[in-house]
Amino acid sequence: MWNFPLFPDAASSMAGQVDALYFFLVAVSLFFTVLIFAGCGYFAIKFKRVDENFIPAGQKDNMVLEVVWSVIPFFITLVMFAWGAVIFFRVYTPPEGAMEMYAVGKQWMWKTQHPEGHREINELHVPVGRDIKMTMTTEDVIHSFFIPAFRVKKDVVPGKYTTMWFKPTKVGKYHLFCAEYCGNQHSGMIGSVHVMEPADYEAWLAGVNRGETMAQAGERLFTRLGCASCHQEDNKGRCPTLKDIYNKPVPLQNGQRVIADESYLRESILKPQAKIVAGYQNQEMPTFQGQVSEDGLLQIVAYIKTLTKPDAVAAVAAPAAAAPKPATKGGNKK
Amino acid sequence: MATHATTPNAHSDDHHHAHPPGFAHQFEDIGQQLDSTTLGMWVFLAQEIMFFGGLFCGYSIYRSLMPAGFEAASNHLNVPLGFANTVVLIASSLTMALAVRAAMLGDNKWVLRWLVGTLILGCMFLGVKIIEYSDKFEHHLVPGYNFQWANAAEAPGAQMFYVFYFTMTGMHALHMVIGAGLLLYFIYKASKNTYHPQYFGPIENMGLYWHFVDIVWIFLFPLLYLLGYHLGKGH
Amino acid sequence: MSATAIPRVHTPPPPDPPVRPAKHYINATSGLASWLLTVDHKRITILYLISITIFFAIGGFFAMLVRLELITPQGDLMTAETYNRSFSMHGIAMVFFFLIPSIPATLGNFLVPIMCGARDLAFPKINLLSWYCFIVGAVFALATAFMGGVDTGWTFYTPYSSTYANGAVLTAILGAFFAGFSSILTGLNFIVTIHKMRAPGLTWFRMPLFLWAMYATSIIQILGTPVVAITLILVGLERGLGFGFFDPKLGGDPILMQHLFWFYSHPAVYVMILPPLGVMSELTAAFCRRRVYGYHFVALSSVAIAVISFIVWGHHLFTSGQSVYAGMVFSVLTFLVGIPSAIKVFNWMATMFKASISFEAPMIYAFGFIGLFTIGGVTGLFLATLGLDIHMHDTYFVVAHFHYIMVGSAIFSYMGGLHYWWPKITGKLYNDTLGCISAVLIFLGFNATFFPQFILGYMGMPRRYHAYPAEFQFLNICSSLGATLLAVGYVLPAIYFTWSLFKGKDAGPNPFKAKGLEWEIPSPPPTENFTKVPVVNSEPYDYAPGAGH
Repeated sequence: MWNFPLFPDAASSMAGQVDALYFFLVAVSLFFTVLIFAGCGYFAIKFKRVDENFIPAGQKDNMVLEVVWSVIPFFITLVMFAWGAVIFFRVYTPPEGAMEMYAVGKQWMWKTQHPEGHREINELHVPVGRDIKMTMTTEDVIHSFFIPAFRVKKDVVPGKYTTMWFKPTKVGKYHLFCAEYCGNQHSGMIGSVHVMEPADYEAWLAGVNRGETMAQAGERLFTRLGCASCHQEDNKGRCPTLKDIYNKPVPLQNGQRVIADESYLRESILKPQAKIVAGYQNQEMPTFQGQVSEDGLLQIVAYIKTLTKPDAVAAVAAPAAAAPKPATKGGNKK
Repeated sequence: MATHATTPNAHSDDHHHAHPPGFAHQFEDIGQQLDSTTLGMWVFLAQEIMFFGGLFCGYSIYRSLMPAGFEAASNHLNVPLGFANTVVLIASSLTMALAVRAAMLGDNKWVLRWLVGTLILGCMFLGVKIIEYSDKFEHHLVPGYNFQWANAAEAPGAQMFYVFYFTMTGMHALHMVIGAGLLLYFIYKASKNTYHPQYFGPIENMGLYWHFVDIVWIFLFPLLYLLGYHLGKGH
Repeated sequence: MSATAIPRVHTPPPPDPPVRPAKHYINATSGLASWLLTVDHKRITILYLISITIFFAIGGFFAMLVRLELITPQGDLMTAETYNRSFSMHGIAMVFFFLIPSIPATLGNFLVPIMCGARDLAFPKINLLSWYCFIVGAVFALATAFMGGVDTGWTFYTPYSSTYANGAVLTAILGAFFAGFSSILTGLNFIVTIHKMRAPGLTWFRMPLFLWAMYATSIIQILGTPVVAITLILVGLERGLGFGFFDPKLGGDPILMQHLFWFYSHPAVYVMILPPLGVMSELTAAFCRRRVYGYHFVALSSVAIAVISFIVWGHHLFTSGQSVYAGMVFSVLTFLVGIPSAIKVFNWMATMFKASISFEAPMIYAFGFIGLFTIGGVTGLFLATLGLDIHMHDTYFVVAHFHYIMVGSAIFSYMGGLHYWWPKITGKLYNDTLGCISAVLIFLGFNATFFPQFILGYMGMPRRYHAYPAEFQFLNICSSLGATLLAVGYVLPAIYFTWSLFKGKDAGPNPFKAKGLEWEIPSPPPTENFTKVPVVNSEPYDYAPGAGH
């Protein structure tokens, strides 16, 4: 009990930056707190009442003084704001090429998934020095995925995906907490993030009995649920192709364009009418709400991602136009 | 800011000078009382606007997210009936305003008549609402109870529309029922000739409340009934 | 006297000997009915004072349960369910049934008419109705507790509260709803009274700063509370009737509930702090024997806080998936709302400069307030800072911050105000030494309870945790020990205040020799407050006439 830390581990690339901002605010706060405490203390002693009949002289209000002691603190807070906003933007903007991992919160556990197929409960093994992007959701109520050592958290909300990223910089084991009250075992929804040397991480990947990869599981669902019968890769089906669409712009029926990210893919599976691709106005895709779990949705999304080659050009076209066959005709991507 | 000029000794314990009946003694004079009660009613209405505002805010957001479902659901509402109700409510605001006018003019007979007219029209509105609500129950349009919607794509938006339909018209109807209750009270007081040119504040404030409830409906009608009107029959 | 008479300097009446008046509002009529059906704002003050003190004890009891459990890392004192219901009932009792009414319904109800020079509020019957609304809400809250409570937190986030929680959620919602309506009626009364019933000569800028604070508070109560009312209704309808307002399957968004909820609940925290800031101005003026420096700035800063408070609510949603750009807007506005509070603190300090400061209990509380409010205020800046809030949101840092404001500042100032106006309300003096001791005990106990929580928060200990990792234990023990001291500090005033009612010396009209309309009438005041309508011809706090501009 006596061997307690007073400051959290700093184990991510952003932790140092967050701590620097923290210490700046501590310094400013300390300065003003000491100023105010000392000022009040000094006045309390120096101007203590000695004569019951003494009435202090009147004071003239001073507009300049008021403006000065409003504007100076305001500018200091603007510095805090700007610095904080920059860090905020960095923390919530995942870098390109980040390793993708997934988490699903549910009462009362965290289910994490690696793309290679490894699934963990309340644990997350990650390699040190790599950018890692978490795509997350929840099966029931709102939770929040919080790793204090990385100075990062993000709420997970039913019905949508939220993302956050981090780059672990120190090998070790760190707390993982749920930080949004979610019911009975909210304080039991905790675990560990294990940051490992790359070699150890590879060894862990190889050693753990992993089953099929997320994409393989997704492909299996894709077939079983009947998606393959419509979404054929050469655009001959009644539905738009899913080849080379991930993170590319998709023209919609109403004239807008959206980026086919994870959220769009998930929404299209659950609410196919929400954002219909241009040219498919008579589409008949049924909803799969209730037929596939959040885990399953992440797997299908992972599979669809594998259908996009890293440098592919957007390939969505209306069915009438004969889409030119892609130069490299491949089979189902793994 | 102007304050009321008043005589300092106006309200020592044993004053005997006359005040109009209905005068409340925390005030200095009937003018201050009328000013204060009117301001009080406007402040209360500001609060009501914020109350309904939350509903309108939610409606606006979901309508922009699910326009097709909302329009299809709205199309199912009975526009002629809603329009008739709108006319009834506007007419009741007219009779209410005329009741206030009668009070200001000291015409007790017409105060009573116009108030009763307002009550009758209000009850007609509520009667039509009951008819409409029963229709929704029959047609499986009650969310959380028996909601069914044929078009699977529109179903989520349609159900959300009806969630807001029932909540917004229900809240409005609740305010009308309260208004009807208040009207009964004012009818009783008017039958005792309580209101006259020196004391009509309560009727005027009742009028403000009634007009507010009317205005809420003026917003509800197009947002709920006319939203899907362009889709035509049989949609 | 006509309205165009030459203004005279308003000389205070000769000091009365400290004799209790024969007839006053407390003994004017007797019998339970005369109290339960009173329309006298002063009696309604007493009704509220008793009611909210009961809820303070209830909320304190649940806090005690929480702090007892948190002495050990394991959840070994009670089940998780009981713990979750304890912190929820603590929040509900304290926020809706103690803090929101606190100063407005007690000191506000008592002083607003008197400071306006009026006989009562604009709508005395509505004032009584507001107390009955509070009681209806209280009955629902107590029913909730007896039915086993709720475990949703006082924030009722969906879908947990609407779809997943066990417990008496609907009764709790009804309790909060009626308490809110009570708040709305109080605010309405104050706005109309201050606008329309000020005595002749009492212009806006001659009003005591407490009235400015109550006015600003009332604006928030009127415009903000209805939004939480409808929000709670929507949550209730979702739970009770299956109306999926926030259900993703209907295209709904649970985050919308958070937006609607915080649209009120953030301004609500200013309902909880603006009246204490008003009290602070009164205490500073009285115990420095001087007009508050920068009176106009202090007055208008209250209004500025009320206005800006409505546009910062998104700072509760920085980690919720809200757009980063919205986050930036809310962050900069949150910094802005802190500036008027800083202005007040600097102006109070300037008031002390070369003043004549006496250290009776109210002034000890006032000094303590400045210290605790400073810490609470600067830690708010940490949370407004986006990059830091990602780490600190939903940790004990937030818990510490808001307790520094709501307990350390608001309750501290409420106690200071009670100690200042107790002689006026009851006509009795309490033992000032005990008053000072309780102020110091509360100050020390409070800091011991909540300062360690800043450290726990930055370390990552989340809120609402029944059990926690072992390395957090030492600081939790410190916090629980502090809470014990704090509890003792709060019990003391209950004892000596009660004692003063029976054995205290008579106070007389102005025991502190302060300036203000309330000090020119007897203690306790007569039912009608003023035998003749006062005419105000002087600036507020005119200890040194001619001061100011």
